[in-house]
Amino acid sequence: MTEHTTPTAPPTTPAPRPRITGAQALVRALENSGVDVVFGIPGGAILPAYDPLFDSVKLRHVLVRHEQGAGHAAAGYALATGRPGVCMATSGPGATNLVTPIADAYMDSVPVVAITGQVPSQLIGTDGFQEADISGITLPITKHNFLVTKPGDIARTIGEAFHLASTGRPGPVLVDIAKDALQATTEFDWPVPFELPGYRPVSRPHSKQVREAARMIVEARRPVLLVGGGVLRARASAYLAELAELTGAPVVTTLMARGAFPDRHRQHLGMPGMHGTVAAVGALQKADLIVALGARFDDRVTGKLASFAPDAAIVHADIDPAEISKNRHADVPIVGDCREVIADLAAAVASEQAAGRKGDYDAWWAQLDTMRATYPLGYEQPADGSLAPQYVIERIGQLVGPEAVFVAGVGQHQMWAAQFISYQHPGTWLNSGGLGTMGFAVPAAMGAKMGRPDAQVWAIDGDGCFQMTNQELATCAMERIPIKVAVINNGNLGMVRQWQTLFYNQRYSNTDLGNSARAGTPAGAQQRGTRIPDFVKLAEAYGCAGLRCERAEDVDGVIETAAKIEDRPVVVDFVVHHDAMVWPMVPAGTSNDDIQFARDMAPDWDRSD
Amino acid sequence: MSTHTLSVLVENKPGVLVRIAGLFARRGFNIDALAVGPTEHAEISRMTIVVNCAEHPLEQVTKQLNKLVNVLKIVELDPGASVQRELMLVKVRADTEARSHVLETIELFRAKVVDVAPDAVTVEATGNRDKLDALVRVLEPFGIKELVQSGIVGIGRGARSITDRSLRPVGDGGRVTERTA
Repeated sequence: MTEHTTPTAPPTTPAPRPRITGAQALVRALENSGVDVVFGIPGGAILPAYDPLFDSVKLRHVLVRHEQGAGHAAAGYALATGRPGVCMATSGPGATNLVTPIADAYMDSVPVVAITGQVPSQLIGTDGFQEADISGITLPITKHNFLVTKPGDIARTIGEAFHLASTGRPGPVLVDIAKDALQATTEFDWPVPFELPGYRPVSRPHSKQVREAARMIVEARRPVLLVGGGVLRARASAYLAELAELTGAPVVTTLMARGAFPDRHRQHLGMPGMHGTVAAVGALQKADLIVALGARFDDRVTGKLASFAPDAAIVHADIDPAEISKNRHADVPIVGDCREVIADLAAAVASEQAAGRKGDYDAWWAQLDTMRATYPLGYEQPADGSLAPQYVIERIGQLVGPEAVFVAGVGQHQMWAAQFISYQHPGTWLNSGGLGTMGFAVPAAMGAKMGRPDAQVWAIDGDGCFQMTNQELATCAMERIPIKVAVINNGNLGMVRQWQTLFYNQRYSNTDLGNSARAGTPAGAQQRGTRIPDFVKLAEAYGCAGLRCERAEDVDGVIETAAKIEDRPVVVDFVVHHDAMVWPMVPAGTSNDDIQFARDMAPDWDRSD
Repeated sequence: MSTHTLSVLVENKPGVLVRIAGLFARRGFNIDALAVGPTEHAEISRMTIVVNCAEHPLEQVTKQLNKLVNVLKIVELDPGASVQRELMLVKVRADTEARSHVLETIELFRAKVVDVAPDAVTVEATGNRDKLDALVRVLEPFGIKELVQSGIVGIGRGARSITDRSLRPVGDGGRVTERTA
């Protein structure tokens, strides 16, 4: 060892730390938070942030055509990758255009960080140009939000926003930053300690509760694992598979949880709820134990709450204590992250079994197998030879395969896509469940494709939904985000029309999008679906490939053609029968016991042949 | 339905009151009384919120309150184990003839006069709601010109502080499991 003598440094005052603008601090904080893509549109108040953004080599900004598109794209990115999605907008109308996607992300617990510019702090409260109190507006639809008026608070607040959005029960967090805070200079520190003394999410479940749940599982005769979107958010699919196979209990996956458990698995009974399978709905109604994992007993799942699963004891595991016993009383509440809960539960069940206590569900399975054999999902081909929408969606699922990502809008096409595509992997089914936001599909598919560029991403959209946000096709074309869009074009607001058919004496008030204006003309009488606008021409005008399909024999060919186009987005206009309906159905507000598997056809639950 | 008094410790930050009031409103709860003020810690404010609701909805609203990032702790004050007070200022008609009667009356309630005018006195009284209601009833015959009342503030009896760990919060995270089990 040699001794080095270091020359003593001459005494100096510490060099002044470099100062950067609040806008630069924002961009650096985003980079340091692991962000690689931001969806947004600039405007006056956020303009200072766009200058350093221009120089960033780590952040790619995707210039959307409407802020709603930015918000749904951020959600699509988050759902496809599990990482928070980021959207950015200016003050006033830019910020208010984010309200719908923020509310959507809140209802479906999607980690989204929304950054908005605000008018300079001295103008706040004066009704300044493009001023809107966006933190006030989004109070009830964000997990938390911030108004930042000091440049020194920007970095910490961004760090806190990502922490809040992605931990505990995920959700959207909005950071509203005054323009002068972006322009002023500040020192930059990273990481900055959080100042969130009131935020303490519980992830570790209580072991006593878990043991009690395990005991109930092995003692139950008719258990069901009710799997909700929380299992996907917790990335607990592998643990779920282990628990399911260990117990041998049947599994149902809600609309938000499709893909959390493989559809092809023998223990999977499908989706419960208003348009669920007879077997899934029947299993819940007949169960003596429901183990709800990251599910919130939404009214679309329970039907009339008072008659939901009347004989079932409830084990309810959720990371959000406020969900437990909110709608249905939980006999065994478990607060915790689904991954830890399910792993612990599997271990507890294993030790019950090691002690010789194993559930005997043979009679239960006999009953359920009869149910699913008797009432499988199905649909009829339209008598007039037109295209069945279910067939189109089923073929897309079969030909594109379970490695693709499917993104739906809201309505009939969404339900058919949940029913007739076979999901095998988490993160392959994205949709707007809680808020039911028409227009979700195209921008969310764009975000999903940005997050998973190697996956084929298909938006399954309706002609009504498609017209709400299809301006983002321009974004996809310009930014080279080659999504596929299957427009299930029945010329109607199909789900609303279905309710008019069933509950409003076929009085089709304002649900016809396509034909009424031209019904008197020979061309109109011959044509089905929405033709104004012409979706093929629209697609081409937006720089996308446009295809149309009107006959069953062409379906496979057109899907294969679409799948091969990789250099630009593709829109396929599938012109389908206008009166197809979604079955099974539990009419709103009625009991799950009143499920119909086809119009006026109720299953005989207790059939035992 | 019954009356519950919640003590809520919150971060002393702008907008916290509206977050809490907004949460009650959108979950369909009426706030009977609300008082906010500073505490022994500069960065913490304390709210005393009185709600009238059944047990299950109360649990739901406290769980929702606990989710607010700015909320630090919620404790329900048991009326038997806490001191709860309101402040009332009441302007009573009292000319020279009536004044001595008014003063006699308020003496019984250990209230005090804080302002005197030729034909009125302003009385300051503190107490629980029953006491203040009784005071108002006996002053009414003289003629009440104006009345203002604070929300309830409350504090637990004994040496323990709400910030002590031993005082179990309501509906806080994992503890809810023990409570409802």
